[in-house]
Amino acid sequence: MILTKEQQDILDGNKGETLAKVMKTLVMYGDAFEAEKLVPITSNYNHLVTSFGLKVMSPVYDLMQKLLDAGVASGQEFSVDPRPLDKNVPANFLQNLVFNKFMYSKQDFYEKQLKELGLMNEDAFTCTCYMDEVGNKPKRGEVLSWAESSAVVYANSVLGARCNRNSGIIDIMGSIAGYVPYFGLLTDEGRRATWLIRVETTKKPEAQLLGSAIGMKVMEDVPYIVGLDKWLGNELNDSTCAYLKDFGAATASNGAVGLYHIEGLTPEAKDFGKDLIVSGAREYIIDDNELERVQANYPVVWKNKDAKPKLCFVGCPHLSLEQLKSWTENIEKELKNKGNKKVIIPTVFTAAPRVLEEFKKTDYATRLEKMGVITSYICPLMYMNNPLCKKMPVITSSNKLRTYTSARYYKDEEILDMITGGKK
Amino acid sequence: MKQFKGRVVTPGEVCCEAVVTTQGFNTLASLQMALQFGDKKVKCGDQNNEELHGKSLIGKALCLPQTIGSTTGGLVIYCACALEKNPGCMLFANHIDSLAAAGAVLAEVWVDGITMPVVDCLGDEFLNYVKDGMKITVKKDGIVEVE
Repeated sequence: MILTKEQQDILDGNKGETLAKVMKTLVMYGDAFEAEKLVPITSNYNHLVTSFGLKVMSPVYDLMQKLLDAGVASGQEFSVDPRPLDKNVPANFLQNLVFNKFMYSKQDFYEKQLKELGLMNEDAFTCTCYMDEVGNKPKRGEVLSWAESSAVVYANSVLGARCNRNSGIIDIMGSIAGYVPYFGLLTDEGRRATWLIRVETTKKPEAQLLGSAIGMKVMEDVPYIVGLDKWLGNELNDSTCAYLKDFGAATASNGAVGLYHIEGLTPEAKDFGKDLIVSGAREYIIDDNELERVQANYPVVWKNKDAKPKLCFVGCPHLSLEQLKSWTENIEKELKNKGNKKVIIPTVFTAAPRVLEEFKKTDYATRLEKMGVITSYICPLMYMNNPLCKKMPVITSSNKLRTYTSARYYKDEEILDMITGGKK
Repeated sequence: MKQFKGRVVTPGEVCCEAVVTTQGFNTLASLQMALQFGDKKVKCGDQNNEELHGKSLIGKALCLPQTIGSTTGGLVIYCACALEKNPGCMLFANHIDSLAAAGAVLAEVWVDGITMPVVDCLGDEFLNYVKDGMKITVKKDGIVEVE
């Protein structure tokens, strides 16, 4: 890798041993991908994936402390993934004990470290930092050092920013140095599609199911998707962006997709069309049967497969304001149809703190609360990742949550039916 | 015995037993529960990976195409190494992915005394040939012997 004089000085230790190790990490990381150079980060804000003070992650907090002690913290502020705890979310005595005293006993300590390292504000805990209400929305072409797979794929695909699927810790190291290695999704060539996906369904495909099918097929490659604009239109409005958020999260968690192009819709596909597809790209056709096959193959890891669900999570990744409103309307309608007043399964809708703040200014919030739905800023994934929750029959419409936990996946319409009382 | 030549991502020599996945290795789903709850055998917790689910990973030669899933992947590998609960080596059939590369590099630079050789680009033939329980020898120059 060719370094500038400034970069070489840092690597040589002229600005301290810790910064030299940060630079060495970035250079070795880049070398693994034959990166020719380091390029400057140009976004206003960074986004980190590590938001949780898990006792077992003590090596991470030790490393963060080394960075703080060496005084190398970046001038770049950042948002970070959602908090793992929220007292609004149902938990029994034993769960609370395990969460607070055992699992997340380092939470307060770690949040203090985050503030010292440059956290944007107290509310900057969300996986959907790019929501207008949160304020970390990069512009097209900006170079990022973000982690969080769902945020990276959104920033690349919907916003047209440039970011590799960086790991936690690498995210902050890039920000500290001010540079990231130039490879993969930062390059024009790396953003070209090696898969052509043809969507041939007879109705609008479920975002999280379609994303799952594509993610499992293409893994870390870049797909170019045709036939989806028929269902989504050609404008990136609130509803479409929410769909793409959920779709992308599923591609990134069920596979390792960091960028997708949707013909006639996403910015680079609009500008360059099929020229983005490399010659010899592989093809994958998705029809109704294929989506059914994919869903039918998800393992059900509940001990009792017919257990009555005890909890429902919607909002992984965090819901948008528009999604909170549309869910409120849909639940109202379904409850009325079924003659019920409240949801029959404890249900938690998760969203960014600032999105919830805006939601609470509307009458939708009172209506949703009256129907028994809880709103929270929690990370459902972090809530679920322990043996106590593993035994709980939890349902979700998040394919990311399904992938990492024992939660059972259902489509949005199935979730709606189940929480409002099932078929009459 | 068959020999394969790959590219050294992080150097080292090791001899250990193979565990094999032909599908993407989901680092978070595989390791989180084991690390979190002190599973000494570090059994794979990924219910979506039938080949690895429930198998011990500590000290083993983890043979895989690539890693997938959450971008916590690299820091999970880093933590596994810092806590001495890591695989003996990671052997990739494909080019290494960004998350696994991050984990390997973070461990190499920031964890004292750790040796977890990582070799990539070993090819599809490697993954077709290697089976659970086979003896793996990793050499400094990226040569991997399977017997």
